[in-house]
Amino acid sequence: MYAVIVGGGKAGANVARALLRMGHEVSIVEHRPSRFATLEAEFEHMARCGDGTELFVLEAAGTARADVCIAVTGDDEDNIIIGQLSRDHFGVANVVARVNDPRNQEHFDLLGIAPTVCATESILALIEHEVPQHSLVHLFSLRRENLDILEIGVVEGSRADGATVGELSIPDGSLVISVLRNRVGRVAHPDTLLAAGDQVVAIAEPGRESDLMEIFAGD
Amino acid sequence: MFVVVVGCGRVGASIAQSLIDDGHDVNVIDQNAEALARLGDDFPGNFIQGPALETTVLERGEIERADAFVAATNGDNTNIVIAQVARDRYQVPFVIARVLDPSRAKFYAEQGLTTICPTRTAIEMMESALRAFVAESAEDA
Repeated sequence: MYAVIVGGGKAGANVARALLRMGHEVSIVEHRPSRFATLEAEFEHMARCGDGTELFVLEAAGTARADVCIAVTGDDEDNIIIGQLSRDHFGVANVVARVNDPRNQEHFDLLGIAPTVCATESILALIEHEVPQHSLVHLFSLRRENLDILEIGVVEGSRADGATVGELSIPDGSLVISVLRNRVGRVAHPDTLLAAGDQVVAIAEPGRESDLMEIFAGD
Repeated sequence: MFVVVVGCGRVGASIAQSLIDDGHDVNVIDQNAEALARLGDDFPGNFIQGPALETTVLERGEIERADAFVAATNGDNTNIVIAQVARDRYQVPFVIARVLDPSRAKFYAEQGLTTICPTRTAIEMMESALRAFVAESAEDA
């Protein structure tokens, strides 16, 4: 696989290292001269100096034959442009972009740049996972599939408490994947018995939250 | 007509002032509060300070009711992104973006965005001035 990485900060450099270890081919594009010098010392000819939002820079990096373009600069507008140019101009099939400011996520979604990775959102999801404030937590969004991975706590006295997964009429467009009890996670089957205190992970289309809440947390 | 102008530099401020002179309503958005000075004290429109990539800033500029949107910040990529946001999210009927880089201006124009490239214009004017000079010299010789 050939990957073009635009943005040579910690994220870009570490992605490059990881892909190289896996035996893939990479180019890493960075426009800041001092940062580029550091990258060149490590990555030699695979490091390229230039503004990765310029067409000739992307072209020289061989973006036209790339299997994936990874836009991880510190500027969201640049990451959106890199995503659009690599996808729409160079025909790259896979684009991965970093969202620096979670408020800009909606622009990436609007312009179809997916999947995206946002450190702030990941940290918040982890905090909620570790310290649940609500009985339903969004763990992850599969943006291209338009599906959410949700974690729901089974509340005492709810319909789910004491029922098997098969007995619950899980609404269409959602599916129970796993059950976590006493720190042990198991893949859910129709005969998996649920009890208060269990953490259930489900995959669901957006908008199914209230139906699921009613089953697992309702009275 | 109501126009939102983003970027209050020489270009943006001048466009905003001309639109006002023609009797239109204009709101201007710029990151820097000092940019307001370019508009003069008697500018009748609203000036909104903030980054135009933020939808709250665009909405404070009343983008939802805009008939036209001008993206004229000093960042090409910012202009291209906010122009697409104005067009696709807020359905502004007429959107125009300044893009200094000729190749990006050409590519996004092919994608259906109205882009203006001052660099391209300068190149063409200087080339044609030089050609005229060369032709004149050849005649004289």
